[in-house]
Amino acid sequence: MSTIDSITLSVLAGRMEQIADEMDATLFRAAFNPIIAEAHDASHGLYHAQSGGTLVQGKSGLPIFVGVMSFAVQAVIEKAAKDGDLADGDIFIFNDAHIGGTHLSDMRLVRPYFRNGKLFCYLASVGHWHDVGGAVPGNYNPAATDVFQEAFVLPPVRLARAGVVNQDIIDILLRNTRLPQSAMGDLNGQLGALDLGQRRMDELLDEYGDGTISAALDALGDRAETLMRSELSSLPDGTWEARDFLDNDGIVDEPLAINVKLSIKGDRMVLDFTGSAPQCAGPVNIALPTTVATAYVAVKHIFPLLPANAGVMRPIEVIVPEDSVLSAEFPAPTGGYTETILRMIDVIFSTFAQAVPDRIVANAYGTINALSIAGKRSNGQPWVMFSFYGGGHGASIESDGLNHGNAPISTATIPPMEILEAAYPVMFRTWALRPDSAGPGRRRGGLGAVYEIEVLEENGAEAFLFGERGRFAPKGIAEGQEAAMNVFSYENDGAWSHPPLSSKMRGILLKQGEAVRLETPGGGGYGPVEARDTSAIALDVARDLISAEQADMTYGSGWRGVAL
Amino acid sequence: MVGVDVGGTFTDIFVLNETDGTAHVGKVPTSRPDQSSGFLASITGLVPDMGDIAVVVHGTTAGTNALLERKGARIGVICTQGLRDVLEMRRRDRPRTWGLRGEFEPIVDRRDRLEVPERTLADGSIRTAVDLDAVRKAAEQLREEGCAAVAILFANAYANTENEDLAVKAVRDIWPDEHVSCSSEILPEIREFERFSTTALNAYLQPEISGYLGRLEDALTKGGFDGEFMVVQSNGGVMDAQTACHLPVRTALSGPAAGVIAAAYIAGSAGYDNVITGDMGGTSFDVSLIAEGKSMLAPQTSIDFGMVVRTPMIEITTIGAGGGSIAWVDKGGLLNIGPQSAGSDPGPVAYGFGNDRPTVTDANIVLGRIDPENPIGGKLERLDVEAAGRAIEAHVGTPLGLSRIEAAEAILRVANSRMAGALRLVSVERGFDPKRFAFMPFGGGGALHAGAMLAEVGIARAVIPRYPGVTSALGSVIADMRQDFVRTVNVLLSALDADHLCDIMQGHIDDGLAMLDAAKTKFDARETTFELDMAYIGQTHTLSVPIPVAVKDGRARPPTRDQIAEAFDEVYAQTFGRLLPNGIRRILNLRSAITGKRPKFDLTTLAPKNTNPAKPKHTRKVHFGDAWFDTAIYDRLELPVDTIIKGPAILEQPDTTVLIEPGLQGRVDHLGNTIVEKTKGGS
Repeated sequence: MSTIDSITLSVLAGRMEQIADEMDATLFRAAFNPIIAEAHDASHGLYHAQSGGTLVQGKSGLPIFVGVMSFAVQAVIEKAAKDGDLADGDIFIFNDAHIGGTHLSDMRLVRPYFRNGKLFCYLASVGHWHDVGGAVPGNYNPAATDVFQEAFVLPPVRLARAGVVNQDIIDILLRNTRLPQSAMGDLNGQLGALDLGQRRMDELLDEYGDGTISAALDALGDRAETLMRSELSSLPDGTWEARDFLDNDGIVDEPLAINVKLSIKGDRMVLDFTGSAPQCAGPVNIALPTTVATAYVAVKHIFPLLPANAGVMRPIEVIVPEDSVLSAEFPAPTGGYTETILRMIDVIFSTFAQAVPDRIVANAYGTINALSIAGKRSNGQPWVMFSFYGGGHGASIESDGLNHGNAPISTATIPPMEILEAAYPVMFRTWALRPDSAGPGRRRGGLGAVYEIEVLEENGAEAFLFGERGRFAPKGIAEGQEAAMNVFSYENDGAWSHPPLSSKMRGILLKQGEAVRLETPGGGGYGPVEARDTSAIALDVARDLISAEQADMTYGSGWRGVAL
Repeated sequence: MVGVDVGGTFTDIFVLNETDGTAHVGKVPTSRPDQSSGFLASITGLVPDMGDIAVVVHGTTAGTNALLERKGARIGVICTQGLRDVLEMRRRDRPRTWGLRGEFEPIVDRRDRLEVPERTLADGSIRTAVDLDAVRKAAEQLREEGCAAVAILFANAYANTENEDLAVKAVRDIWPDEHVSCSSEILPEIREFERFSTTALNAYLQPEISGYLGRLEDALTKGGFDGEFMVVQSNGGVMDAQTACHLPVRTALSGPAAGVIAAAYIAGSAGYDNVITGDMGGTSFDVSLIAEGKSMLAPQTSIDFGMVVRTPMIEITTIGAGGGSIAWVDKGGLLNIGPQSAGSDPGPVAYGFGNDRPTVTDANIVLGRIDPENPIGGKLERLDVEAAGRAIEAHVGTPLGLSRIEAAEAILRVANSRMAGALRLVSVERGFDPKRFAFMPFGGGGALHAGAMLAEVGIARAVIPRYPGVTSALGSVIADMRQDFVRTVNVLLSALDADHLCDIMQGHIDDGLAMLDAAKTKFDARETTFELDMAYIGQTHTLSVPIPVAVKDGRARPPTRDQIAEAFDEVYAQTFGRLLPNGIRRILNLRSAITGKRPKFDLTTLAPKNTNPAKPKHTRKVHFGDAWFDTAIYDRLELPVDTIIKGPAILEQPDTTVLIEPGLQGRVDHLGNTIVEKTKGGS
């Protein structure tokens, strides 16, 4: 192995990141389904030839994939080792979440990159497909009790062997989705991204030589580790614990604990999830790869300058007991993994907030709120409107939280209301901020939102919701307070009702002119309410972001009479 | 004809004498806070009698600055019931992917966003007629509260303008001035946040920009000017000042757009139709690609987080690597450039205004590439080379175990690789081979890095314009007059009513041609182009599909569905490789552009007149790679045509330093541009 000077390394780090970014951009442009094209629910990168560890990953993909993709590559490495015939031009494909993390909607493609007949590294692409079979269109089935009710399951298999695509696999894939055209478009996009990565790697290696790039990849891992150790050293030693709950698993109405103990000693850190709920019946289970990846996402939010490289995890130990909701075994359902990992991020933030409150933000709204409204038009055409909805971000020492942001595990934007209204027979009566939803504190959390959606179709419609935070509110830090909880209601013969499981329900029947109403949580507050500037409170009251009564109750009446 | 570009530090002027074909350039300090006095001073310096001027064209950063510095007017919004917060909720994004920090203050306070009963549905049907009493009451309330402008933002107004039309009329009847914007007039396109944001930003800029342009026009008139006063738009075309007062949001990127227009023209005249421009400023490096003489247009941009402007604009990619970008070593031992920047104030360490962290410019200074005795900008007597060197040593050299000089070279290497990344981004990533392109740096600093771009990106040559500091002013003079229109139609191609589409096109043609007719400027030709935003049903991203439309005597003949299908298939296959069998084609928007081609002038009028052979002014020690070279310094403007200067050499002019590295040569072409390329026949 040759060594590499730090300046060349700076240059190469940028070059390789650009390759992964370009793979991201290629898929975003070509993808058919808006979850990839618009919400960027996809990711690409380069992975270590032997360990599968992340070497470089694109900056524009979904944050959660930054940690999880190396598990997909490891699965392929194991498969190839077992079969013993890995060849240049092979491409593997699978969606099995128990092996590769996240959920079955995420289709993973892994391609060994050979150089002069020798395996150099892996290229991989993951993207969230619009539909992969199962009981519910779009695969968010809140009532699933095993993976088979969620989607079809594909283990790692060869989509291409030595450069020749196996059409049989494509035929199987397309027969198992409600949206074959979308699936084919996305698959083509992912293959295009891998082709591009291959070409760019060839060019880079031609330019710099195999030895230099190989040395750079090793050095980048070491550098990531050094950075992480240096960040950890800047924190006090100690042990902190935090606990929060999921409302329920969608099947059994009992809260599920997510518990973490953070220990920092010198330049090492342990995240111990012992004490979390056991594996459950419904789809809020997550597989072990997802848990480790989520730990990475939380850490990167706390230290944003860390690179997307496996070296970051070397000084971090993640402990997850067997039979845990965080290490679910096949075939436990995992379709709602987003809710569980959001709660993991919340508790990790809460432990760090005890150690270094000024460097942490309070909990964000903490639920993805996957809402679909579906029906048949008068001409018999089916329609499904599926989207995620936003909420408030947590406050920090620097500022109030962001109003109506996206989830920490995602960078997805919401489709415009007018696009939804043009595509589906619905009308938004309200699309607004939700007053009194922010977690109070010296800095308040961001506000959640209110969306009220009326069905215009004379045949009516059916609604499905997969949400959380209906029973346990997003928490504040450093004595900051909780935000408002998620509230879902629906109209039924002139009266408003709530689902028995709070924020999860399937098959809600809506007649023409009836509506559903989603009121999303705000973000938690930072610091004690007594320390909030009275003019900031008065301004929030003047803007109707908080009612006068609520302000009096929370902050006292000191804000009254303050001139703006 | 006169072009004026007002920048942060200087106001540049370009004068073209249409009678004798001569051209002159000038530069005066930008006046503050009112830029109009500097504007006038720049003109009177070169053209004593303003009565001689036919056209004044202005490339302006007034709009950009008002947006970035949040210095627009207090404005109010009147909107659909239930939708008061669209501007504040954005598209549910966040400022940065990692960290979850940051908040957002919309340009309109929530107290000034008032709801009225009204609702149009997506199919254009009116579910609730607009309550005009409520509209009037809202307008009066906003006026009393002190709002200087108002924006009317109704849901689905793109599909049917009736409710907005009624509301805007009611408000205009009682509003004391012209500062009333409405979303279907500004941008009749689907997507409420983008439409509302563009409209609100228009209202936000209106009082400020119309006041500014009014002051300029008054001053010009008082000076005896009787010609036409025009403003460059972000799309690279010009509009008359009155239109600019109504649509100030279209000036958001006026200045940079003019620069790209000039670069395209200069490069084309020099024989290079494919060029990548690079404008290096204090905090950023702005890159734009011109293919076959045409600049690329982007449909929208974000001026800042949550401040989206959706109007066609010259596509400019910005990275945070400017002369003032700070070099630092992270905890993992890796050298980084930016995104923090010392800008031009306090500026690099060598300026001595209080910054002590090393910048890219400091590295250039320490290596002798910038003359410390004659700093560009005129603010300073000399540069503090020693202070720059100490800062580089402390912040980069020591942590990396490098000498002062090695550290300065390292800073440039990393900065150059980031700039090269931007060049690759706009070319390679969009399917253009950079080897077919020339690189054209403009602005003050870019020409120091031209050689590095050749080496890093594989570009064959750099073309450095004779006056890189006044490209935006020059671009103002040559820009065409152009008006863009958009209209959402949202229909399956199979269900398209071609006559209806043709009516919309005809409306665009009529409005656009009326604008050209009203202009006093001469046009060589008129051009109308039409594009449809199209996709297969189910697909999210649309493609811009140029469609053939015959326009004769101002009347459009509509294309058939088959022609549209063919045009779509061609673009789709080009973009994605293959078509989708059985895919259903959908048309989302019609985009029309009406252009009046303005006469171009011959750039040879700018060419060097001097024919005496080139002689260096003096020599200076300059560091390249790992050694110091005795480097000849030339006065660039004195170099005769066809001169070839072999590197290492430096060509200096008042606002630009051109660096010719060892192994490269600079050739003066017939227009006075310097072509930097690999030395032929050794050095």
